[in-house]
Amino acid sequence: MSTLTLAQMSPEKRAEIEAHSKKARRSKRWNNFLHMVGNHSLLIALSAIFILPLYLVVVISLMNKGQAQSRALWPHPFMWHNYITIFTAVPFLKWTLNTLFVSLLGTIGTVLSSVPPAYVLSRLHWKGRQMTFVIILSTMMLPGQVTMIPVYIIFAKLHWIPSFLPLIVPSFFSSAFSIFLLRQFFTSIPDEISDAARIDGCSELKLMLKIIVPLAKPAISAIALFAFLGSWNDFFGPLLYIVENPNLWTLGIGLNAFQGLHHVDTNMMMTASALFMAPVIVIFFFSQKVFIEGITLTGVKG
Amino acid sequence: MSLTKVNASALFKKKGALAPPRKKLKVPKLFIFLCLSPWLFGLIFFTAYPMVASFYQSFTKFNLIDSPKWIGLQNFHRMFFEDDDFWKALKNTVWISAISIPLRICFAIFAAWILTKPKRGRNIYRTIFFLPSMVPAVAGTMAFTYIFNPAYGPINKMLQAIGIKNPPFWFLDPKWSKWTLIILGLWGIGDTMIIFLAGLLDVPVSLYEAASLEGASGWQSFRYITLPLITPVIFFSGVTGVIGSFQYFTQAYVASGQVNDYSHSMYFYATHIYYSAFKAYEMGYASALAWVLLVITLLCTLVILKTQKRWVHYPNGSLFK
Repeated sequence: MSTLTLAQMSPEKRAEIEAHSKKARRSKRWNNFLHMVGNHSLLIALSAIFILPLYLVVVISLMNKGQAQSRALWPHPFMWHNYITIFTAVPFLKWTLNTLFVSLLGTIGTVLSSVPPAYVLSRLHWKGRQMTFVIILSTMMLPGQVTMIPVYIIFAKLHWIPSFLPLIVPSFFSSAFSIFLLRQFFTSIPDEISDAARIDGCSELKLMLKIIVPLAKPAISAIALFAFLGSWNDFFGPLLYIVENPNLWTLGIGLNAFQGLHHVDTNMMMTASALFMAPVIVIFFFSQKVFIEGITLTGVKG
Repeated sequence: MSLTKVNASALFKKKGALAPPRKKLKVPKLFIFLCLSPWLFGLIFFTAYPMVASFYQSFTKFNLIDSPKWIGLQNFHRMFFEDDDFWKALKNTVWISAISIPLRICFAIFAAWILTKPKRGRNIYRTIFFLPSMVPAVAGTMAFTYIFNPAYGPINKMLQAIGIKNPPFWFLDPKWSKWTLIILGLWGIGDTMIIFLAGLLDVPVSLYEAASLEGASGWQSFRYITLPLITPVIFFSGVTGVIGSFQYFTQAYVASGQVNDYSHSMYFYATHIYYSAFKAYEMGYASALAWVLLVITLLCTLVILKTQKRWVHYPNGSLFK
């Protein structure tokens, strides 16, 4: 078994091999290029499919009724006025403010009530900690339908139906999901930081608020965002608790009732949908990183 | 105890280390209790008590006004032997779960996998793929009922333009309505996809390099490297998928409200609970339905948990071991 090195070969042979490898390299580059083109066309095709419904919503939202029914794909003329009519034809501003109010208070409640439990579950060692964590995980898995009826009865007995209170108050008593997400993040902060602070005589409360919370800003913004979107997009809660009083309607309830409003053109449903989606999409563009890290934190490292 | 303490500090002094002996940390019990109290309160009043109460109510006849009346197992008897809507809802739910959970997982893996390919522009594609999952369920469903409407929605016109002569009636056709809901769900695949994407990017590149040196094809390296390493994510989305699909409500409710779903083709388990509780005000019966839902979900989760040893591959150990 003797293999020749390139230097030992005759010049002709060497040239032949080099030409061959050059050819191989070139064909490899060509292959890579083909792969790239293939991948990008597939990605662009998929992107088009994902975007198409959003595009259609926006386009239809800018048409007049007649044109919308002709199933055109481009508004002619552009009915920018639709976006004003929607506010005068239906109480759209009121729905928006209601939704915003519920979502903001719900977010505040969730953040305030989820940080402390997550802190003691991750940064302190105590008997029963593991047990508590298991309970939190199992409540996360619990279908809401099982508790829904008695909770409804509690709120009914408190005379809180219809009002915003049933939508807001529970968020001040922790969400299992937020505790879980925060706990995953807190656990990743090195223990030495806490030890150093404790040796310097820092109290636990101060340690939590002044050291750990600032370090956990990404995770806290993630739970705040999830909580906000959760209430903004929520339909079932408002359906149970506020549907009886139109003054309290949120965007979801209002939009769902749209078909019954005969004085508005049906394609205005798309105008309303576009306005309902818009804040969420804007928020997403500004905070994409927080989102994606938050989802990854709960999904993979679990 | 004290001896070891002394020894420890002597050790530090000898080595000239600066760190003082570590005091055993006192567990601040009151602090822990106060921190947990919001959660504890929520657990008692929004989870534990309601669970007990609904368990009790499932054996009663209860209409909110009169106090619950004990009727033993009648609710369950009625559910299994007299209530056609229950079977209809259960069948619909099982059907959509059996199709949409695997389909969602496959599609999420595919979308995430194709996202790992490009060297440039990945973030733009990722944003686009993720965006629909942000859209509020009601808005998304309204949009779909409109654009898929056979009379005035543009989708069927587009399908006709590319040569499909008789496109389906989507939400209006009982045979297609569930498929349309599945398409709506696949459109919002973003969050599942992101989890898979993170899982795929976690796979060490060296493994692929080794495989390609050994002459493995693209499919082989996907099948024998990628797939085993993302089984924990598949497991996770399987479990959350089962739990979620038995509670599937908003999209189906909104869509059937938009199109007048006379044949109840979009009538799911959660819809049945909602109608029993808040339209018929049969709180006892609805509680019984909810408990059956819990049992079904638990059984499905248990089955997945039991089989996970055979197919889920944990590199660093797992929470569920």
